Amino acid sequence: MKLTLQIWRQNGPQDKGKIENYQVDATEEMSFLEMLDVLNQQLIEEKKDPVAFDHDCREGICGACSMVINGRPHGPQKATTTCQLHMRHFKDGDTIVIEPFRANAFPVVKDLVVDRSAFDRIIQSGGYISVNTGQAPDGNDIPIEKGISATAFDAAACIGCGACVAACPNASAMLFTSAKVSHLALLPQGAVEGERRAQSMVAQMDKEGFGFCSNTGACEIECPKEISISNIARLNRQYLKSSIASSEINE
Amino acid sequence: MNWFLRFFTSSIGRKLIMSLTGLFLIVFLVIHLIGNLQLLNDDNGLSFNTYAYFMTTNGLIKTVSYGLYLFILLHAFQGILIAKVNKSSRKNRYVSNQGQVANWESRNMAILGILIFAFLLMHMGDFWLKMKMGQLDMVKYDGYDHPVKDLYGRVSIAFNQLWIVAIYVIGQIALYLHLKHGFASAFQTLGWNHPKYTPLIKSVGLVYAILIPLGFALIPLYIYFVK
Repeated sequence: MKLTLQIWRQNGPQDKGKIENYQVDATEEMSFLEMLDVLNQQLIEEKKDPVAFDHDCREGICGACSMVINGRPHGPQKATTTCQLHMRHFKDGDTIVIEPFRANAFPVVKDLVVDRSAFDRIIQSGGYISVNTGQAPDGNDIPIEKGISATAFDAAACIGCGACVAACPNASAMLFTSAKVSHLALLPQGAVEGERRAQSMVAQMDKEGFGFCSNTGACEIECPKEISISNIARLNRQYLKSSIASSEINE
Repeated sequence: MNWFLRFFTSSIGRKLIMSLTGLFLIVFLVIHLIGNLQLLNDDNGLSFNTYAYFMTTNGLIKTVSYGLYLFILLHAFQGILIAKVNKSSRKNRYVSNQGQVANWESRNMAILGILIFAFLLMHMGDFWLKMKMGQLDMVKYDGYDHPVKDLYGRVSIAFNQLWIVAIYVIGQIALYLHLKHGFASAFQTLGWNHPKYTPLIKSVGLVYAILIPLGFALIPLYIYFVK
């Protein structure tokens, strides 16, 4: 299949950047990243600068791939990361627009690569358990009701790719932060520090320059791991409770 | 900064203000509509004018109305501030705009809010200001020991002009879209998300968003086309 790619090329954070057109020959069974590999091979052979893009596991679990394909983070396929998106979802002769995730908090490093360390700093501010909880406990050592463990697991499925920020009209990081707060808060080891965690992670999120959540729901539609915005409501509850009812005064 | 200020200037704290003031305004609209439906009575303004007299003289209602003005301003002011933050958090826009998956109204609450606020200024200038400060004709009804201001007459004059009726209908369409997103969104911000009740909140919100603006739009349309 012959494709026209309109790819965002930007030499560095300070560069203005622009869309450039490329022609590539791909096959249906290629993944989207393999199709870009073919393009880059072509560019290297022509002694041109290959397109920079993030990738790591290429099996949909690491959260490294980050690009907006035809206006949709990770492309048009539901619950699919870019690396798991296959070219059979496109047609011969298609024009595909590829650009980086866009948010002030995610500055472009080069081409399609963005700096998502704002997420790391949100995690560093409280996305952990302070005490050593030892080795993985035996199964059913601590009885946890099935519904709760399933909800915690659903939140823990977040791979931190940042598609929620990319999709949000406000570039808000609430879905990410709420997933990270939720998966710890729902389980007994994490619940102890739940309120303090909600406070510090929201404070860091605000500091990073993400927008505010306005409940548009775009994040949960685009999330490759289908994280629900019910997590955002849980974070709201935790934050409101810890701000209003907790006797701890955070300065 | 003390905890109180820190809380109300945080992203979630500011959203709480939007949610609570929004919910207050949602309750107000119901009462406002029920009262105003008396304009449809064919009694030469008796029920509406005596109701308007009660609403502008009763001490408790006057006190609540100051709260209402404050909450409208707070909702509008905070909403504009939030919209500014949200707009500026993505300085470089996407080249492709095929990817808008969220509802139009949820993405344009600020624009709808500004439209509603502009409508509100006109609406209050036309009736509220004239009731409070302007000269309105006085009418005396049988069985009442004092005359009351004829706001009914003023409303009838206004709603006999097509352009005013048109502005009211447009204002209500903006209100419908604003409420369509705002009603359920207010509960989500409060953290009220529950597998059993969220679908209910969404349905009630949609019914509310349709019925209330429809009721308000009916008043000028009825006066213009029927009376």
